[in-house]
Amino acid sequence: MTDDGRITHVAGTGVPVRGNDIDTDRIIPARYLREITFETLGPHAFEDERRQLNGKHPFDDARFTGASVLVVNRNFGSGSSREHAPQALMRRGIKAIVGEGFAEIFFGNCTTIGIPCLTLPATQIESLQSLIEEAPETALAIDVGRGAITAGQATYQAELPAPVREAFVSGEWDALSSLLESDDAISAVHDRLPYIAGWSAR
Amino acid sequence: MGQTLLDKVWDAHTVRELPNGQSQLFIGLHLVHEVTSPQAFQMLAERGLSVRYPGLTFATVDHIIPTDGSTRPYVDGMAEQMFVAIERNIEQTGIPFFDRSTGRQGIVHVIGPELGLTQPGMTIACGDSHTSTHGAFGAIAFGIGTSQVRDVLATQTISVAKPQCRRITVDGKLADGVFAKDVILAIIGRLGVQGGVGYAYEYAGDVFDAMSMDERMTVCNMSIEGGARVGYVNPDETAYAYLQGREYAPKGDDFDSARHWWSDVASDADATYDDQVDIAGESIAPMVTWGVNPGQVLGVDELIPSPEAVEGLERRSIEDALDHMKLTPGAPIAGTPIDVAFVGSCTNSRISDLREAARVAEGGRVPAHVKALVVPGSQQVKTEAEAEGLDDIFRAAGFEWRDAGCSMCLAMNPDKLVNDQVCASSSNRNFKGRQGSPLGRTLLMSPAMVAAAAVAGEVTDVRALAAG
Repeated sequence: MTDDGRITHVAGTGVPVRGNDIDTDRIIPARYLREITFETLGPHAFEDERRQLNGKHPFDDARFTGASVLVVNRNFGSGSSREHAPQALMRRGIKAIVGEGFAEIFFGNCTTIGIPCLTLPATQIESLQSLIEEAPETALAIDVGRGAITAGQATYQAELPAPVREAFVSGEWDALSSLLESDDAISAVHDRLPYIAGWSAR
Repeated sequence: MGQTLLDKVWDAHTVRELPNGQSQLFIGLHLVHEVTSPQAFQMLAERGLSVRYPGLTFATVDHIIPTDGSTRPYVDGMAEQMFVAIERNIEQTGIPFFDRSTGRQGIVHVIGPELGLTQPGMTIACGDSHTSTHGAFGAIAFGIGTSQVRDVLATQTISVAKPQCRRITVDGKLADGVFAKDVILAIIGRLGVQGGVGYAYEYAGDVFDAMSMDERMTVCNMSIEGGARVGYVNPDETAYAYLQGREYAPKGDDFDSARHWWSDVASDADATYDDQVDIAGESIAPMVTWGVNPGQVLGVDELIPSPEAVEGLERRSIEDALDHMKLTPGAPIAGTPIDVAFVGSCTNSRISDLREAARVAEGGRVPAHVKALVVPGSQQVKTEAEAEGLDDIFRAAGFEWRDAGCSMCLAMNPDKLVNDQVCASSSNRNFKGRQGSPLGRTLLMSPAMVAAAAVAGEVTDVRALAAG
């Protein structure tokens, strides 16, 4: 990220977490939602799975230490709307996610906190995951504006909806500033809705 | 060309099209609970912003609240801290707050409708994915993340892309022993847990027309489990009758004016849809999940699937689910022994859910090795159930009768599974670890099926019980 918030490129190494429909309860168990801050969540990402796999989860695999690009499969981030899930991944060092597909609320939460989620077809995800597993040191580079991903010698053309891509590149991925600009227009809608303005005014 | 309810509500609430290509959508009703709001209030303070319309946000406590009669300060220091935080935020902002002292506390998706806050044609948001529940009234209701809770507090708007619209028609009649929960589980089983991504689901047809508001809420609640962030039923006489006389619903002449407006927002007969799906009501059996997501579901009279039937990552998903659930491929799901039975959650904790469960539980006895609990969705539901004597029926059958809250649906309070216990649950998610133990195993089903399983000590076809 640049100083003005523009997110045009993400570079680093990757970490594959395989499986369809990985839900946000698995990404961050609900007991950590009792924290009134997001600051402390990083170490707890995937905690229960990591404990059960006894060091064999990719997040505990020394070969993937320091990875900033998470590579996942279908419908990643399904279930709960908890922003704690992308917050935990971000605080763990994840700066972009590449997957076959994402759950809608998770995708929106990631965008709002500055994590681009790019999609590739299943076969290319499989190839990228295998490539990273075989050569974890492979340098990955994502050109967010073009949707282009390079992994060593391999290149992939990923999808990211044009407006979302533009939001990252222009630095306006957190929508609050834009939302605040519409002051009068907000009041106008507020004043014309009968269930707020009053039914007799209709 | 006709419009859908989604089109009309969207148009009425659009502030403008944002540079990011999404709509800036005005949120008519914002609901807040203790778990996903503290960081939002903090972010607001850090940016020096105040709450734009405090009268359009309503707060309660549900996720973390103990249901066993515990009083403040709570033994769990983190829970106590969350309560202190929401009380401070409420005090500083003037947002109306339904805590226990009001007699109107409860699960946010139970009390919104119950108080008449939820009305047709509204946009509704809450930092909880099951906000889709409110679509039962013909509202467009979204689950949002905490940064968007901040956005609603600061601007009463969110940035959101308009979804496509899929109409799901279920015609015909449901068999005895088949409930709203079975209908939505059958829909998710058919379309998959990711099938609704990018869509709003409009539920139409004889089966939804005949449903009570409680039942429609159960269906809309689990839209998100099928990947659809929004699900709704067009408002009709059933909805208007439910709203009449509720605390925050319009009164007198206003009610008549409101009725006209509500009727107008319903989808036009010639509305066009991006996709349509038809399901025969008669084809739906009582459903039970066998896996680790709500799409891994079958009829109670069916056999647990075998991974050999499919290839690739999907096979791996089935193997992984069966491994976690310790279930045998090809075996019947009926007869699976259970350790815990939970009636509750924003999906199935309303008065009609408790009545159905009580009807099955009455005269039965939960075996000593099964822990069974009933957690009403709100203080009002609890009072109503007690007035009908449902608590006595449950207690006599060996169920614990609790205070209102989310409880064992997500186990943020002390109600948790232990080790690899199997729980027959009327909640909405069978994810690994969802009910508080990483090894815990959840079987989702209707409240009547939970009661049947509780009494029998194993998964049981509630239809057989009714016939016997």
